[in-house]
Amino acid sequence: MTFVLITTVALLYGVGAYLIMARNLLHIVIGLGLIAHGANLLLLLAGGAPGSPPLVGAEAARIADPLPQAMALTAIVITFGITAFLLAMAYRSWILHGDDVVEDDIDDRRIARQAPSKDDS
Amino acid sequence: MIAVLLLHGVVAGVAAASGRRLGRFVFLLTAIAPAATFVWALSRAREILAGNPVWVSWPWVESLGLEISLLVDPFSLMFVLLVSGIGVLIMLYATWYFGDTPGLGGFSAILVLFAGSMLGLVTADNLLLLFVFWELTAITSYLLIGFEDKRAEARSAALKALLVTGFGGLVMLTGIIILGAEAGSYSMSEILSSPPSSTVTGVALVLVLVGAFTKSAQVPFHFWLPGAMAAPTPVSAYLHSATMVKAGIYLIARFSPAFAPLFAYWQPLVIGVGLATMLVGGYQALRQHDAKLILAYGTVSQLGLMTAVVGAGLPKLAFAGAALILAHALYKATLFMVIGVVDHQAHSRDIRLLSGLGRAMPLTFWVAVLAMASYVGLPPLFGFIAKEAALEGMRLAPIGVDSVAFFAVVLGSVLTTAYGARFLWGVFGTKPPSPAHLGGQIERPHPMLLAPAVLLVLLTVSFGLVPRWIDSLIGAAGASLAMPDTSFHLALWHGFVPSLAWSAIAVGFGLVLFWQRESVERLQSVTDAIPGSERAYALGLTALDRGARWMTGRLQVGSLPTYSGVILATVAVVGGAMLVRAWPQDMTVGFADSPLQIAVALFIVVAAIATAVQKRRIAAVLLLGAVGYGVAVLFVMYGAPDLALTQVLFETLALVLFILVVRHLPDRFREPRQPFGRTSRLVVSIGLGTFVGVFALVASNARTVESIGFEMAARALPEAGGRNVVNVILTDFRALDTMGEITVLVVAAIGIAALVGQGRRDHG
Repeated sequence: MTFVLITTVALLYGVGAYLIMARNLLHIVIGLGLIAHGANLLLLLAGGAPGSPPLVGAEAARIADPLPQAMALTAIVITFGITAFLLAMAYRSWILHGDDVVEDDIDDRRIARQAPSKDDS
Repeated sequence: MIAVLLLHGVVAGVAAASGRRLGRFVFLLTAIAPAATFVWALSRAREILAGNPVWVSWPWVESLGLEISLLVDPFSLMFVLLVSGIGVLIMLYATWYFGDTPGLGGFSAILVLFAGSMLGLVTADNLLLLFVFWELTAITSYLLIGFEDKRAEARSAALKALLVTGFGGLVMLTGIIILGAEAGSYSMSEILSSPPSSTVTGVALVLVLVGAFTKSAQVPFHFWLPGAMAAPTPVSAYLHSATMVKAGIYLIARFSPAFAPLFAYWQPLVIGVGLATMLVGGYQALRQHDAKLILAYGTVSQLGLMTAVVGAGLPKLAFAGAALILAHALYKATLFMVIGVVDHQAHSRDIRLLSGLGRAMPLTFWVAVLAMASYVGLPPLFGFIAKEAALEGMRLAPIGVDSVAFFAVVLGSVLTTAYGARFLWGVFGTKPPSPAHLGGQIERPHPMLLAPAVLLVLLTVSFGLVPRWIDSLIGAAGASLAMPDTSFHLALWHGFVPSLAWSAIAVGFGLVLFWQRESVERLQSVTDAIPGSERAYALGLTALDRGARWMTGRLQVGSLPTYSGVILATVAVVGGAMLVRAWPQDMTVGFADSPLQIAVALFIVVAAIATAVQKRRIAAVLLLGAVGYGVAVLFVMYGAPDLALTQVLFETLALVLFILVVRHLPDRFREPRQPFGRTSRLVVSIGLGTFVGVFALVASNARTVESIGFEMAARALPEAGGRNVVNVILTDFRALDTMGEITVLVVAAIGIAALVGQGRRDHG
């Protein structure tokens, strides 16, 4: 665990979060990708210090913890699945609207506008 | 006993199923259940009155202390006889009250379910079980009041009754749980035999009392009961005068002897609320024009009197309370049946419209006169005996506010006499001729419609003339509440005791009030402007409605960025708070493992920030790829070549997919303005980034036990026959994870195929 890596993870999360709060589906997908990278790094960091690759027989030095690696590997594959799915949604949105902007829910906006009115009871 | 309870459920099911075929005669079928109960109770009465209560116990949810334990002592027996006896009469009455109204099958089923719930309520020994039955009566009451569901008035009245009593029920449940925890048992008999006296118990009892007050329509919760008169009259007679509204009184009567001596607030609170209810109810009854509402407010008033009498927790008043409960059930059910008969024959209950009914239906009139005389407390009727016992008990009671309480009861009697006379005159009297009056063409009621009322009034008269018949039941009921070794006997004639004089004075003043009714009405109209608790209820409902809408408007804004922002901010704030609590003692953190690490990290950081500020889609996508490859390099340096390999592979694959999609999309990002603006986004993302950084720091210093991963590494070769530990974990030790991962990919693939395979939507 080093200061440099912690800063990297924090920054990946921060930028990812900023992009997730966008209206463009593509921005959201990219933001999710950045957060996923950060998460994989975090898994590895939280597992412990770096070491030699966890191979049986490579007795040279202390090996790295293999469990976080296995988890991160699973996470990489799943991230790919989600990315692909969201991209398909962006593509679908482009087919339907010619854009990938996620608009507000019109019904919800109407309820929100009604809220402060006092003339109903 | 349990079989008797279950019978109600079975009969309800049969009634609901066969209601359509039987029509109004379905009530004869449902009468079977209360009739069986009545016979059962009579057959056990001798045994129970001799001091051997019926006791059944059946474990239900033992971990919660919830068991089906039923205990029928004399006080419960009195209620069982009331609920089942009046139940039978009500069912008979309903058979001739309803015409060919549709939906009677369901109605009768709910009515008999109510009878069953009420039986459970008055026999349950376990307080949690009592609560279950308590709420069942509230729900069945709701359904019965709202029977004529086409009328908005009936629906809102039903809802009002449900909300008020449901609110009280929940408050009571809280009290019951605290009480159970304090006493170490939910068994009512155990709690009452050794009552806890802690301060917490005192609070719990107030909560229980709130439940009892709402159920028995005490001030300030009384307003739901007059509203409940929107129900068909058999329901009003049964639930809202004879049985359900006495549930609160039942509970107060049970608790008072044990807790009144322990808590100083008990007597002032219960007696005060009861007397206030008595006066408010009597006052309101005096100004109603709907005869049924006169009775309803009269019920409120009498419930107040009963609350005050049983709430003192004194032996003599406990007897008087038992007598009052029985007397009230007898005459009030009679009067409700009478007003139902009038409504049925004359199609009106407005005392301004009715005239000359006394001559049109003399038998009905005399039944009403006798019941009302018992109500007002005239000798030689049962109501007189009960009221004398209450007055005498109140007068002699060593209550701190005795004289005030006593005179309040006398004042209540004045009001009772006044509105009783007003009721009789209003419904049956012959008034000066007016074009608005009905009358002349009114037929006499069907004998069977009047029969139940006649039977009840005969009981009122005979219990009054020969109190010995009911003496043993009332005596034992009172004794099972208070002190088992005290004895008490009802008598028609006590000699010239002071309370007799006061009764006479009350009746006299009541008649004066009735005589001067027009000036009284004028005087009463002054109080119209005083806002009551009903107004508070309405305001509360409106405020709740408005608040809910405001909340929905704020929370459900329909904007995806806002939702994401709220979620991310919550993660940062809640997670941050947890981190502060779990702060480790000492933390070690180096600057970097190697110079190369710094360089790669710098590359990643720059690329990541660039993705966010990049205006062109394709560039942003390529920069994301750069971040991915950079992370892969970090993986290699961390001793994870498999991870790096996978990362490079999938990053490339993802890049291809991105290009495939981005190729279609516009070249530059379009970011419309949104309520969740740039500043909010920056604040939330910086907050989240900081949280994650601190989390990484804390988490990596939080290890107390060596990772299980090294154990896996040691077992990889001997147990799984593999040298690459990561691969062994994925395919062997944690193969189910991999299985899940593949499932995710399959689901995603199906989704993608569905999204991309669809053609362009036809906008024409």
